[in-house]
Amino acid sequence: MKFNIKKIAPQLLTLLFVILVFGFFSYNAQLNMENRGIDFGYGFLSQESSFDVQFSLIEYDGSHSYFRAYLVGLLNTILVSVIGIILATIIGVIVGIARLSSNYLIKNTAAFYVEFFRNIPLLLQIFFWYFAALRALPLPQDTESIMGVFYLTIKGLFVPAFIWENFNIFIYSIIAAVISIVVIKIYAKRKQENEGKQTPVFLISIGLLFVLPLLSFLIGGVSLSFEIPVLKKLSKTSYIYEGGVGIPPELIALTLALSLYTATFIAECVRAGIQGVGKGQKEAAASIGLNPNQILKLVVMPQALRIIIPPTTNQYLNLTKNSSLAAAIAYPDLVLIFAGTALMQTGKAIEIVSITMLTYLSLSLSISVLMNWYNKKIAIKEK
Amino acid sequence: MNKINFLKPDKSNLNLFLISGLSLVFISIFDVFLSSFFKINATGFLPTSVSFLLPLIIGFIGLHLIRIEYSGIRRLDEINKNFNNNNFNAALSLLIIFIIIKSLPPVLSWTVIDANISGNSKEACTGDGACWTYIKVWLRRFIYGLYPNEEQWRINLSFISLLALGSVGYFATEKFKKYLTLYYVVIYPIIAFLFIFFFISGGPVFFDFSYGIIASVVAIIIGFFVPNKFKLYYFCFVPLAVYLSLNLFILPEEYVELGKLEGLNWVETGAWGGLALTFIVSFFCLIFCFPIGMALALGRRSELPFIKYTSVVFIEFWRGVPLITVLFMSSVMFPMFLPEDFFLDKLVRVIIAISLFEAAYVAEVIRGGLQALPRGQYDAAKSLGMGYWKMHIFVILPQALKLVIPGIANTFLALVKDTPLILVVGLLEIAGMLQMAKTNPKWLGYSMEGYVFAAVVFWIICYAMSKYSYNLEEKYKTER
Repeated sequence: MKFNIKKIAPQLLTLLFVILVFGFFSYNAQLNMENRGIDFGYGFLSQESSFDVQFSLIEYDGSHSYFRAYLVGLLNTILVSVIGIILATIIGVIVGIARLSSNYLIKNTAAFYVEFFRNIPLLLQIFFWYFAALRALPLPQDTESIMGVFYLTIKGLFVPAFIWENFNIFIYSIIAAVISIVVIKIYAKRKQENEGKQTPVFLISIGLLFVLPLLSFLIGGVSLSFEIPVLKKLSKTSYIYEGGVGIPPELIALTLALSLYTATFIAECVRAGIQGVGKGQKEAAASIGLNPNQILKLVVMPQALRIIIPPTTNQYLNLTKNSSLAAAIAYPDLVLIFAGTALMQTGKAIEIVSITMLTYLSLSLSISVLMNWYNKKIAIKEK
Repeated sequence: MNKINFLKPDKSNLNLFLISGLSLVFISIFDVFLSSFFKINATGFLPTSVSFLLPLIIGFIGLHLIRIEYSGIRRLDEINKNFNNNNFNAALSLLIIFIIIKSLPPVLSWTVIDANISGNSKEACTGDGACWTYIKVWLRRFIYGLYPNEEQWRINLSFISLLALGSVGYFATEKFKKYLTLYYVVIYPIIAFLFIFFFISGGPVFFDFSYGIIASVVAIIIGFFVPNKFKLYYFCFVPLAVYLSLNLFILPEEYVELGKLEGLNWVETGAWGGLALTFIVSFFCLIFCFPIGMALALGRRSELPFIKYTSVVFIEFWRGVPLITVLFMSSVMFPMFLPEDFFLDKLVRVIIAISLFEAAYVAEVIRGGLQALPRGQYDAAKSLGMGYWKMHIFVILPQALKLVIPGIANTFLALVKDTPLILVVGLLEIAGMLQMAKTNPKWLGYSMEGYVFAAVVFWIICYAMSKYSYNLEEKYKTER
């Protein structure tokens, strides 16, 4: 093999640089930890955490381990991200389509929304919703209910809780409905390819989705009752709603801000995607007699999706990462619980920050793997 | 024969439809107008839900009546085309108009009519509206942070002169145009740093920033003009040698460290804050992240496997983690990695962290531009006998960067919008100052005004940036 200094030398230099930086850092870290009497290790994860968390999806109190606290934070982060992604997608798609509307008012309202929300830092928006907008809500005892069951108060949104009996049978019935819909869809596609006949898949699936769970109620012994939140007096001036599900104001502020902010970017992606579909495609679709809705659904959207998905994936990733801003308004997410409270208590800076970063890294990577898979699935299959 | 079909307006009875339709629309809008501005409910005798929906229904019927295709009246056709081309759009148009009318009075009364701006204390705020007195009193804090009042001219002076120096590009004659890049990329940042060092800080801000480092940076820049043959060896040895020799042998101790100007007090970085800090952080991160990002993009496109995969890992790592954890890392983890007697200011650590973070994003944007260039450009440059650096500096990068102006502008915009985050590590930039002002016992309960103020400031900055990038894109657009 030819020895080529122009190829070897830069690589050696980079290698040297990387080794030097890492060596310098780890040498110093070792020295510092020795001096301060800290030992490196992940053993603290099984120790008792002895701090409480206001809001958690799994059972948790101070007697559980740090690992459990980590799980609580992770689940809360995932909860915010999932709700945020769903809301942002809905708002984003609507606004993106509205920006292309022929109606002058709709178009400009959508444009105003996008320009307004995307040019204000997300942190300020979160602060605004949490410290200004939601603080203006009434106290629990002065709240008037929405439709008799929802209570939107300064201490959060209180909604009725579902109390199921034989919940698993209900889930099975939904799973059965979904499976049969998939089967029918495959059957209908085959039928259309072979015989050219269309089956009303949409109607059948809606019917199935209603009928099977209904049957589970009638025959399977599933029953559902609601637990409506009730006002309870804690002390002379302090009231709280009990029963039902309490959604903390932090969660509301965070999801509102995240979804309104990210929706502007998704709207731009959607708009770019729809505009990216050639005019000829729309005209061709119109000339074979499809109506505007059909054109959007059958011709424009399938092509636009290919342009929309990659940048939208980035926005989903951004939303997930931005959910870490929760720490600023004390929503107990991964950063606040783990990189905040747990770090303060244990002092294990390197371990905890690295775990947190790795968690976000793997969350991001898994979302991008999922979206890449979907993107590949809908990509044009060239022959 | 002359029956009028009200369900299907047509041209034959144009005036009848026009007059009845327009009057219905007018009535509905007038009703909403009355109820929102003067609190008069003209349809109060009806049940609440009906009187609430009535204007919508009346207006909808009215819009239906004036929907006449090719009426021959230009205004009417325009209205029909833009607001009223089908039932759905008509309903939405009405709804939007009503929402605007309904929301105008509360917004106006809060921001202007019932608002207060006079006085100097909380007592001046008597109305129900916004208390702009709060903003007026705290304005200096929001702009300069905790910087001492009598020293604030230093910040003003620095920013004004930097702005003046930055606008040189607009006045440069053709003769000097070719040096502009060198000026903006190398000279201007150094001047800016010196300004911040001498004026805003007035003392030590960096670790051992010395003439030695300036000399070695200059040596690196000169290196690009060294013949290709010796370039590699030059880069390996000369800058380091210059730095060491300056530090150890040539200059005596007192000249090596940057001194300070006589009569200016040292203001520690903890006191910097407000909008000034936003500008300082964004400015330096902008300057640093661009070259790092460019190097990473080139590294990722490199044919040398080790360099390529180092860049890939570096980029993907920074892109995968949220900025807030990076800031946590810079404030709690990074000091552990440094020698014990080696002090690095918090602000510097934060600037390094944000620069590395944004550099990964800039790298991906630039990589997109590099990939979009046709192969022929590379081949043509190579066939002219250009080396790697010459090819990239004179042929590839100018074209690639032109392609990615919008992407880079978006990244910079994201950077500016990310700067408020530094409050989690205790640097009080404008959002941080708001949080601090909010807890001041003399001024409780005015958080809304503060957020509105900060939002307006950021909105203006970001909107101006995005418009500027749009202009830039138009300016550098070349026909292909």
